[in-house]
Amino acid sequence: MIYTVSPSAIVIFVIFVLSVLGLSFYFARKSKSASGYYAAGGNIHWFVNGIAFAGDYLSAASFLGICGMIAFFGYDGFLYSIGFLAGWVVALFIVAEPLKRMGKYTFADALDAKFDSRAIKLTAAISTLVVSIFYLIPQMVGAGALVTPLLGFPHWVGVVLVGSIVIFIVATAGMTSTTYVQFIKGGLLIVFSTILTIYVLNNGIKLTPNEDYHKFQTIPVVMEQDKILEIESDSYHLKTQHTEGGVTFVSLDNQGIETWWSLNRSGSEPFLEEALSIVTTADGEKLYNGAPKTDGRFYQVGHASKIIRNGQEVTETGPLGPFEFIEAIENTDVTRFLKKVFEVDGNKVTVFYQTITPGKDIMKPGLYYKLGDKGNLWSRLDFLSLMLALFLGTAALPHILIRYYTVASQRAARKSTIVAIASIGLFYILTLYMGAGAMFNGGLDMESSNMSAPLLAKTFGIVLFSIISAIAFATILGTVSGLIVASSGAVAHDLMDKYMKIKMTENQKVNAGRISAVVVGIFAIILGIIFKDQNVSFLVGLAFAIAASSNLPAILMLLFWKKTTSRGISVAIMVGMISSVLIILLSPTMYEIYGLKASDAPIPLQNPGIISIPLGFITLVLISLMTKKHRATK
Amino acid sequence: MHHGPAAELGKDYSIEYKTRLGVILFFIYLLVYAGFVFIGVFYPDLMGITALAGLNLAFVYGMGLIVLAIIMGLVYNYFCTRHEDKMNKEAEL
Repeated sequence: MIYTVSPSAIVIFVIFVLSVLGLSFYFARKSKSASGYYAAGGNIHWFVNGIAFAGDYLSAASFLGICGMIAFFGYDGFLYSIGFLAGWVVALFIVAEPLKRMGKYTFADALDAKFDSRAIKLTAAISTLVVSIFYLIPQMVGAGALVTPLLGFPHWVGVVLVGSIVIFIVATAGMTSTTYVQFIKGGLLIVFSTILTIYVLNNGIKLTPNEDYHKFQTIPVVMEQDKILEIESDSYHLKTQHTEGGVTFVSLDNQGIETWWSLNRSGSEPFLEEALSIVTTADGEKLYNGAPKTDGRFYQVGHASKIIRNGQEVTETGPLGPFEFIEAIENTDVTRFLKKVFEVDGNKVTVFYQTITPGKDIMKPGLYYKLGDKGNLWSRLDFLSLMLALFLGTAALPHILIRYYTVASQRAARKSTIVAIASIGLFYILTLYMGAGAMFNGGLDMESSNMSAPLLAKTFGIVLFSIISAIAFATILGTVSGLIVASSGAVAHDLMDKYMKIKMTENQKVNAGRISAVVVGIFAIILGIIFKDQNVSFLVGLAFAIAASSNLPAILMLLFWKKTTSRGISVAIMVGMISSVLIILLSPTMYEIYGLKASDAPIPLQNPGIISIPLGFITLVLISLMTKKHRATK
Repeated sequence: MHHGPAAELGKDYSIEYKTRLGVILFFIYLLVYAGFVFIGVFYPDLMGITALAGLNLAFVYGMGLIVLAIIMGLVYNYFCTRHEDKMNKEAEL
């Protein structure tokens, strides 16, 4: 859809970015040593660190991706919230304190603490890089998606802008400025998400979300069997009829503008319902509802079609409490827009047609994931795989693990994790309300599920939209900074210093980190442009699966199995990482990106965790048993 | 440069206690989480039944998992801190 740029949005955005850059300049003076650059000197207060954890963790996937997924698929999106939060239980109860005791700057330090093995240094560094890069992709995609409505720039400009600012933050002041950027962003995100949720509850559910909301038309038709003979309208003229996947679509002409409609035969008389469409013509032109994008005919959508309150049909509920809101959703029919893609006369037609979904189905799993009787073995495995990866992935994310080195003690590490769980838990509860709010208040851009939270804010006013967008942008800055610190640590500290044993002074080590940050940042920018159209939550789910497959077996077995050997750890990291990446590359989603048919993908799993996580554990056990002489000496 | 924490750490006398408590709480949570996933995969319609005060099982169980993580975190911290203080006092004596 087309967005109107608002001056207030630009002002708030510029103030925010300048503040962040100022903060980086201020802390740059304090980051002269390697300890200061990679671990903020180990002196961050546990509360600040806890909120910074939230700032680090609540990425574009959490704010943009989950809200978008809930707005499009209801409760299935909320599964991400549950899984992401549950992962912190593993981090707190199992990983936090031992990792604090063993490590210094990076995740590889902790793994290698008992062995002093070059293979562990190398594989842990590679794994850190791969996981961080997979995690960086969705952040960059989110950045591009945000900058379009906020500043009116194309997607790639947003990606370059975020990449450049983050490279500057990290290259100037490393972990110290990153921590405070994350702290501020984490705090702002939670406060303003709460405010947005209060708006949603106060607004309740209405049949017509607002005065500007597009009024979708219907046209009665005369049919003979499955063929539409004529339409009862003076302005529209029948052009084409096409059936795809059991749904009949027609294109109608109105003064030279061609729009697509879907046939509804649910009642006694058949009629056409207005749909949204994107037509890519044979010569590459894209028409949105029959006109160029700039004509603004591709509307924001999402509304209730029937509301039952206290047994009566009503047009609006009025303000609702948090539990009343959920109960009200269950008694409301929702108009959702489903997507079909087909070809007509050499043109690629993408239609988003209306369908009524009962609220009871919105508020339980099954609209996105095909489960129970609706699913098959692969769809169930896919769901299991996602929930396993989310649960086990958090405690294996290198950019999260390095935050344990910024506090002074194990107690501080534990306390900061609890602050993180409480603040992140509160935020994830709010995602359900923000996502559902977007679903009922016309907060959906059918081209991008990632825009639901900012568009929801827009329905409540341009100032709230500007603030929410600036915070969402900050969300990305905070997470990307953490990821680039982790990546630069892997290159400069683990690979150059520890693995290659390049002799460097403290100053040279910091400079090596800065150069690595620039290189990783540029790489992330390129990938962010390539993966433009993917949902960011889905992409982050993949990063979790790779982390859980490559890093978690090594961490857990090192802590709890005395027979673990250095060979076992290094081989398991590589097997977990390669198998998970391979399964992703052969998945249906990647086949679509390659331009091939998703159904031709050799492995019909979207998330690799269910195969690659057990494989990582099995490899570690087998190799450790085969290489007993490489057991820990410390 | 040697491995080891970025900040110097004091002696921790409670490692064994904290590890045991952490593992027990982890398995309790894992059990509750696994129950949620099991119902989701095999009996998704069960998630739609009314569980509490007009709210369905999916909402109650999902929110419950988030709230449970926060409560268990606070419980874990309380017992760990208490044990650390006790052991440190004993070590001083």
